[in-house]
Amino acid sequence: MIVAGVDVGSTQTKAVVMDDHQRILGQALLDTGARLTEVATTAFHRALEAGGCAEGDVAYVVGTGYGRFRVEFGHAQVTEISCHARGAVHLFPKTCSVLDVGGQDTKAIRVGEAGQVLDFCMNDKCSAGTGRFLGAASHALELPLGDLGPLALTARTPVTMTTTCTVFAESEILGWLARGRKTEDVLLGVHIAIAARTLSLLRRVGIEPEITFTGGVARNVAMVKLLEDLTGFPVNVSPASHYCGAIGAALHALDRARAGAAAAAGASRA
Amino acid sequence: MSLTVGIDLGSTYTKAVAVAPDGTILGKVGFPSGYHFDRAAERALGEVLEAGGIPRSRVDYVAVTGYGRYMVPFRDLAITELTCHAWAVSRMYPGVRTVLDIGGQTVKAIRVDARGRIKAFRLNDKCAAGSGAFLEKTVRYLGYQTADIAGLAAAATSPATISSTCAVFAESEVINHLTAGRSAEDVCAGALIALAERAGQVFKRVKPEAEYALSGGLTRIPHMRQALEAAVGGTFHVAADDLGVYAGAIGAATLAQERLRKLVAGAAP
Repeated sequence: MIVAGVDVGSTQTKAVVMDDHQRILGQALLDTGARLTEVATTAFHRALEAGGCAEGDVAYVVGTGYGRFRVEFGHAQVTEISCHARGAVHLFPKTCSVLDVGGQDTKAIRVGEAGQVLDFCMNDKCSAGTGRFLGAASHALELPLGDLGPLALTARTPVTMTTTCTVFAESEILGWLARGRKTEDVLLGVHIAIAARTLSLLRRVGIEPEITFTGGVARNVAMVKLLEDLTGFPVNVSPASHYCGAIGAALHALDRARAGAAAAAGASRA
Repeated sequence: MSLTVGIDLGSTYTKAVAVAPDGTILGKVGFPSGYHFDRAAERALGEVLEAGGIPRSRVDYVAVTGYGRYMVPFRDLAITELTCHAWAVSRMYPGVRTVLDIGGQTVKAIRVDARGRIKAFRLNDKCAAGSGAFLEKTVRYLGYQTADIAGLAAAATSPATISSTCAVFAESEVINHLTAGRSAEDVCAGALIALAERAGQVFKRVKPEAEYALSGGLTRIPHMRQALEAAVGGTFHVAADDLGVYAGAIGAATLAQERLRKLVAGAAP
């Protein structure tokens, strides 16, 4: 049996195809853009291609993320909170706290052993402390997103960012540069500001090791280092962290496909 | 005759005016602040003197206000922008008891007494929603510039609904509206309404008393007043000739005149 999870995030869309041994057969990542249904379909097809699978063999598809209701070929939608919880425990079975930092959302989730959500907290009205804050830095400094973390780690005397708002951050960054501060010092200041925001979310649900860091921002080495420093615990990250929501969605799809198969078997016996 | 200059170093724009003892404005200039407030202040002083045809030697007092006021080495006096807006607007409209100043990055609601002194104020603090930055960001997503806002908003037929509180999250909404076929004009007008609603919340928190006045950079957009009046209920005074934009600088320059009069009076006997 094959299932799929498609995570249509505000910034990027991730798709994963999985077999019934919970093995990932193929995955795909695309920028979301404005056409959500189209990007969801393309990501799904690319993941199928990458795994050498045929669409007809897919028993169940779960859509998640900001655009989950636009995954029109999906059989069900599950919130990204449930999916990240499930995905994080799949990647790191001893996970108790999940921090998912995406393009527009930051979520702190306390999870149970089976990957169920015990409590969660998220930014809803404000983009401070999300990936967009790094996006603002990348724009202001004219540096690719992937360079920000490594460069920040070379800083020695970080600036203290005074603004909370992502919009104001961009002008504060330029202000620091105008005053002659080094790019890396400004960048480390930006990372510290985001880490502080995410930590306050994490504290609200309770920090309990192991901590698993998911979402696009988990690829940023400076964020990982700062979160470890601030929490005092090692932080789990994996190359699959970015796909965690899609992996969780696929696991939910697998549950439902099995439940459906069992129900069908039960019905045929009766 | 003692001339004074008021310079308002805003987060986004720098404004300067030169004022005669009777309050007559002799010259006014404005330009984007950039990131070096000391240079912006130097330029503002030079340009406003040139605009008024005033030699530097005739200026007795330079008062600075706004976000960058402490970065000006040649200042004689630094005054908060709250005090300046309250003072200037009260002199323009003596009946005004509540002033709403909407600038590039800040929203300030100020309740004043009959003499233009501050009784209470509220600020937007940590968030760009409700400030000019929200609108500037939105029109940039639309592919336009700040100068186009007034025209776009005026040409709208049915404003789109922008529900996001956050200026960053509004981007997704703007994109969704555009892909759904809404015009840039309608989206811009929708953003203006969203801004007015947010600014209106700050306004309500100061427990406003009539009459109301609007000041700050957003007074440049004629539809701002309309959107604000719809959001809070009630009418707002908006000064003609862009004087609302210069309210901070005018307040600084006229307060400098007051200061001078006191200094002269104190030195006389």
